[in-house]
Amino acid sequence: METNQECSFDRPVKEKERHVKANARDYNDKFHYADNRIKTSKYNVFTFLPVNLFEQFQRVANAYFLVLLILQLIPEISSLSWFTTIVPLVLVLVITAVKDATDDYFRYRSDQRVNNRQSQILIKGRLQNEKWMNVRVGDIIKLSNNQFVAADILLLCSSEPYGLCYIETAELDGETNLKVRHALTVTSEMGDISKLIDFDGEVICEPPNNKLDKFTGTLLWSDNKYPLDNEKMLLRGCVLRNTEWCFGLVIFAGWQTKLMQNCGKTIFKRTSIDKLMNTLVLWIFAFLICMGVILAVGNTMWESWIGRNFQVFLPRGEIQSSAVFSGFLAFWSYVIILNTVVPISLYVSVEVLRLGHSYFINWDQKMYCAQTDTAAEARTTTLNEELGQVEFVFSDKTGTLTQNIMVFRKCSINGHTYGDLYNEFDQKVEITEKSACVDFSFNPLSDQRFQFYDGSLLEAVKLEDAAVHEFFRLLALCHTVMSEEKSEGDLVYQAQSPDEGALVTAARNFGFVFRARTPESITLCEMGRAVTYRLLAILDFNNVRKRMSVIVRNPEGQIKLYCKGADSIIFERLDPSSEDLMHTTLEHLNEFAGEGLRTLALTCKDLDEDHFDVWMKKLLFASTLIENRDDQLAELYEEIEQGMKLLGATAIEDKLQEGVPETIACLNLADIKIWVLTGDKLETAVNIGYSCNMLRDDMNEVFIISGNTLLEVQQQLRNANEQILGLSGVCGAEDSDKTEMSADDSVFEESIIAEYALVINGDSLAYALDPQLEHVLLDLACLCKTVICCRVTPLQKAQVVELVKKHKRAVTVAIGDGANDVSMIKTAHIGVGISGQEGMQAVLASDFSFAQFRYLQRLLLVHGRWSYLRMCNFLRYFFYKNFAFTLVHFWYGFFCGFSAQTVYDQWFITLFNIVYTSLPVLAMGLFDQDVNDQNSLRYPSLYKPGQQNLLFNKSQFFLCTLQGLGTSFLLFFIPYGALSVMVREDGSHFSDQQTFAVTVATSLVIVVSVQIGLDAHYWTAVNHLFIWGSLIVYFAILFAMQSNGMFGIFPSQFPFVGTARNCLAEQSVWLVILLTSVVCVVPGLVVSFLKVDHFPTLTDKVRRLQQYRKKEGPQKKNLKRVSRTSSRRSAYAFSHQQGYGELITSGKNMKVGSVFSARSPGRTPNRFVWIENLLKKKNEVSCISDENIETQTAQQQCTG
Amino acid sequence: MMATSYNAKDEDGHITVSGPGGGTLRSRKPENTAFKQQRLPAWQPILTAGTVLPAFFIIGLIFIPIGIGLYVTSNNIREFEVDYTGVDMSSPCFNCSQNYSWNSSRPCTCTIPFYLEQPYEGNVYMYYGLSNFYQNHRRYVKSRDDSQLHGDMDSLLTPSKECEPYAFHDKKPIAPCGAIANSMFNDTLELFYNDPNGTKVLVPLANTGIAWFTDKYVKFKNPGGDGANLTAVFQGTSKPVNWLKPVYELDKNSSNNGFINEDFIVWMRTAALPTFRKLYRTIKDAKVIPTLPSGNYTLEVVYNYPVRSFEGRKRMILSTISWMGGKNPFLGIAYVTVGSVCFFLGVVLLVIHHKCGNRNNSADISN
Repeated sequence: METNQECSFDRPVKEKERHVKANARDYNDKFHYADNRIKTSKYNVFTFLPVNLFEQFQRVANAYFLVLLILQLIPEISSLSWFTTIVPLVLVLVITAVKDATDDYFRYRSDQRVNNRQSQILIKGRLQNEKWMNVRVGDIIKLSNNQFVAADILLLCSSEPYGLCYIETAELDGETNLKVRHALTVTSEMGDISKLIDFDGEVICEPPNNKLDKFTGTLLWSDNKYPLDNEKMLLRGCVLRNTEWCFGLVIFAGWQTKLMQNCGKTIFKRTSIDKLMNTLVLWIFAFLICMGVILAVGNTMWESWIGRNFQVFLPRGEIQSSAVFSGFLAFWSYVIILNTVVPISLYVSVEVLRLGHSYFINWDQKMYCAQTDTAAEARTTTLNEELGQVEFVFSDKTGTLTQNIMVFRKCSINGHTYGDLYNEFDQKVEITEKSACVDFSFNPLSDQRFQFYDGSLLEAVKLEDAAVHEFFRLLALCHTVMSEEKSEGDLVYQAQSPDEGALVTAARNFGFVFRARTPESITLCEMGRAVTYRLLAILDFNNVRKRMSVIVRNPEGQIKLYCKGADSIIFERLDPSSEDLMHTTLEHLNEFAGEGLRTLALTCKDLDEDHFDVWMKKLLFASTLIENRDDQLAELYEEIEQGMKLLGATAIEDKLQEGVPETIACLNLADIKIWVLTGDKLETAVNIGYSCNMLRDDMNEVFIISGNTLLEVQQQLRNANEQILGLSGVCGAEDSDKTEMSADDSVFEESIIAEYALVINGDSLAYALDPQLEHVLLDLACLCKTVICCRVTPLQKAQVVELVKKHKRAVTVAIGDGANDVSMIKTAHIGVGISGQEGMQAVLASDFSFAQFRYLQRLLLVHGRWSYLRMCNFLRYFFYKNFAFTLVHFWYGFFCGFSAQTVYDQWFITLFNIVYTSLPVLAMGLFDQDVNDQNSLRYPSLYKPGQQNLLFNKSQFFLCTLQGLGTSFLLFFIPYGALSVMVREDGSHFSDQQTFAVTVATSLVIVVSVQIGLDAHYWTAVNHLFIWGSLIVYFAILFAMQSNGMFGIFPSQFPFVGTARNCLAEQSVWLVILLTSVVCVVPGLVVSFLKVDHFPTLTDKVRRLQQYRKKEGPQKKNLKRVSRTSSRRSAYAFSHQQGYGELITSGKNMKVGSVFSARSPGRTPNRFVWIENLLKKKNEVSCISDENIETQTAQQQCTG
Repeated sequence: MMATSYNAKDEDGHITVSGPGGGTLRSRKPENTAFKQQRLPAWQPILTAGTVLPAFFIIGLIFIPIGIGLYVTSNNIREFEVDYTGVDMSSPCFNCSQNYSWNSSRPCTCTIPFYLEQPYEGNVYMYYGLSNFYQNHRRYVKSRDDSQLHGDMDSLLTPSKECEPYAFHDKKPIAPCGAIANSMFNDTLELFYNDPNGTKVLVPLANTGIAWFTDKYVKFKNPGGDGANLTAVFQGTSKPVNWLKPVYELDKNSSNNGFINEDFIVWMRTAALPTFRKLYRTIKDAKVIPTLPSGNYTLEVVYNYPVRSFEGRKRMILSTISWMGGKNPFLGIAYVTVGSVCFFLGVVLLVIHHKCGNRNNSADISN
């Protein structure tokens, strides 16, 4: 921040263009760019006290108490001693300050850690190790493999050929696949330091901004201009992967980097109860002022009618000489006295409760995931009760609903299925953790993590079943996976899509090990024999083809085409001879799909030499075309992928997280709507929708919105809307009364019985989020049981959440695991991160984190519900208590000449809120549970009162303050009636102020203790301790404060000496206290009994049931299991990008060592074509055949 | 924020695999204690007809007898009250009340005859009662210095500011200072029994034992300690403006003089309400039985205390005492009322409960 201010002195406030010159610190210093030091902490040792205090007093409540304190110092007004306010205020300030200081210290520490990371900078011709914070704009820094990028840098050169480097951007956008960055050709040649030192290029580029995927600039170097774009930038937060080293020029540093620009300010989230509380506090202020005015008017009247005459005994000072002015003073005095209706301890207590609830979340064993050793964590401690009011859950798919692990589960080979387990009676048994895995130990190259349960497949392989062998050969050959063999036998696959990885791994374990590839060949280790296939062509995948093929020449010299793809596409291109097999396989595919597996059909074809040669020539010609190249290629591919023989099909499980369908079903029962927002493709998303039971076959309609124009989308939305409304017989709600419709849409929505689902893709969503359409979208979405948005960008995720937040006034939860979910997590009322996985970005932006989606159920239905219940009970009781406590002074005002005389002892006022009554209510707020956790989960409807805001709202507030008012009335007038003529047993008079004070105070303490006993549902030992303890402490302090000793030391501070002893020794006083307590408690008791008895809520019923069951003894659990009955064919969706086939055949992504390649200058012009293609540059020529390098890879002997 | 974030990733990123395998790390599994898992054994009371209705009946059954007992006791207490303010022309004290006589040297005396219909037995207590007297006004209440009254020498000479405007008089500190002390009740009441044989017998009134023990022996102390020469101690102080005599001449008995004078102590214990009574004298251990036989009595009042200006009233009350203190019909009536209401409520709730109450346990729980 400071740097920013510095800038503004000698530079225009906004940077218009950035000039960075390499290796020229002096030049760059002129511009005062931000350095690479970051600072997120707020205070330092010296500024902490003043700044923190200043901040604290900016809070209305604290400022209010400060004003009160000042008022109390004016003797004419001071109706209370100074300590009655200062003790609680100091307590509150100290607690808050300690918390702030701890938080800030942790921020400081983490800043330090980041700032002190080491980085290599090229200074004065040498590489020097420097801390990150010393990196400056214009420096050239060196990065090594697996290092974090220190700032936003322009890639100059790298260890890889062509100035390539790979980065992982999980921190930025959540995508875990590697991305390629490449340097400019001119700079990529500067492989060593001596050249870099002389580099004096100047970059002119855009000013710092937060667009992660855009960068525009130019490099000026030796009188040439080179355009720069995002593909040449490495952004702070990325990690360098698979690249030994690279050099880069720092363009943006510190808080000006795109990462930091993106983080923005953390929005301070407040719960709806918080907002309500603030409103109520304002109401109470208003109420307080009213009371003050009433009493001030009373004071004026009293002074002018009675006080004037009473001057014989009570002369007025100069100040009170005017009755009106006296009234004015009385107003302030009463403001001081009645200040306890706005209890200073309220905010602190609420914070303490939330902190406690957060700890309970952290401690919950049932939200602990043993696999990843992560417990749930409440990262924000201020949102707990909001968890009990959630209506919408926005969930990411990958990593949240699914594990993003693909598992080879089943296959169908030549009409035979493998993968199911049967017991001795030939019945299918479920595969559990205990089922025995197939032993792959015969294969030294097998992957230990691979698990397969059906031994018959391995037997088939061992029996050398030709079809089975061909099947696995295909899996081992037809893919774009890269292998890396770090040491002998230690194979690591790098797959673009997890699907492919799973398939190749399966082949590997069944003895068809994909070992290495060159642009020209693929080496397998087939059942222990090394076999090298010549790779003739890769017919790459794209979205239209939905298949990929490879053409290889096997060692026997045969040319073969292997193809895998979506069944619907493949089946159209089969040889007629495969028809019977196709039908069997189709059945199997249906079966697989019914289990929610992702399927692929596999085929192969023998090609004869001549035919292939002709085709190959055509292909080469087509690939040199400039116009219509893609179409021509597609046509050629189509031509050769005909008449194939079906081999079988694979079924891959996109592993759902544990318990996802059950959780979703449970949350649905609790009226929580779940929307899936995913960046995945439509097919994948729908597939997961089915396997999570969010989409079902028995749904009336699944609307799929995918339009390319605003009008199209509008039309589709309207149609869907009309269809729903038409079918439900609710019509006429057209545009004319749209606003009215949305006003009572909750009622309206319930009238829709039929079930609908909405699937919308990202492009359409962009239109649908247009202000014109957003209402239509929202109406439609709310009419549907399930909403799935696919292909959405992180920003759109946030927009959808924002849309619901804005128009539905409902509490939203966003749950996700990746950095692409961060925006949505930050936007939603509550953000939940899935922890224990790779990227931590989502977790760090989140308010709550845990390892598995299914814990959401417990977080919301148990912890959220309890938190909400506790908070509401706490607030109701708190307001009740303070009204009962404070308003006694109001009634007393009428009997003491409106002079702002207190009823109670000053010490009692000081201690009432912070000592006598704080712990029992805290115990209730921490431990109360109306229904235990099992029942909370078993009856999800119990969650609904929270959503409807029933437990604490304005009318509830009104009722509890009314109860407080009533109690205060009785508390005053019953002792008044009894004591006014009371004398002691020894005849001495008894109607003195101090006796009255002790009697009322004791009654009050007893009444509020009894009341909390009635309000609490769950009396733990702690509750007992606190309630009884508070009573004991009250009496102990009462007697201590009124003891001879205290009086002897400070006679003027403890004038109540002996009152308690004299007063509480009397039976008649106890009779008064008993009477008062009973009369105060009975009305509330009657009301709550009538409510429970006649209008029992579900909670009451479950409670009764729970108690009944407890008496009966434990029963067996009968938790419903959600059965998956989907019979829908799941679509195959490749999740990898187009273009990798080309990448492989070009050999560009192979390490220099592994590819024997002579760098002939003639090849250079074509060298970058594939990159351009990969980066989706259109209409460029790619030539595969040009590079006819005879790659003679030594036939490697397989181990074992 | 973000910076902290991705720093933490750095830390965590490298130990992701440290779960079950990395045995060196302590498991982050939360402890399985009843407290942390929120499974603390607990009593979960439910308001059912079985618990609430009996409670009402029990309250009713307990309160009604107590109430009746209190009422009967209260009714058995003899109490006589006479207003001697002298508002009416016919009142014997009318004359005295007319001339303002706060500290006139010539006391105005009036005599009020009255008749006790029933004999008063046991200890009899005489109170003075004041009405419309705001002893509980904030400015009045705080106008005292407890340190001074506790015998603190410093406070004696420099009274607290709270005592203003009764802190100093003629530049001498006032002892006792403050408005409360200044306005001390200073009527003198004497009671005579008119024997049927015509003689007027003075009823012996004890002026000690009327203050609380703690007040007399803890809260109030003469400066200089017991047995000090009060005249000397209070040298250099001024008497309260309205007082006729200085504080060390309140009584001849040295244990009832100065700040520990019981009339003074009683006065200093300020009343909670504008209408109050304070104990004035006791008639204890009377040699005659009954203590006060029925018959004619005369109350002789030395009328000093002006209350007419603020429409106050002065009363003299004679009362006997029981285990529950003085006459107090309120408590008895309140107990009977509350008891009956609770009982009645119990009946009503029982009827409602049986007519249309919800007695089935769980049959209708649905989701």
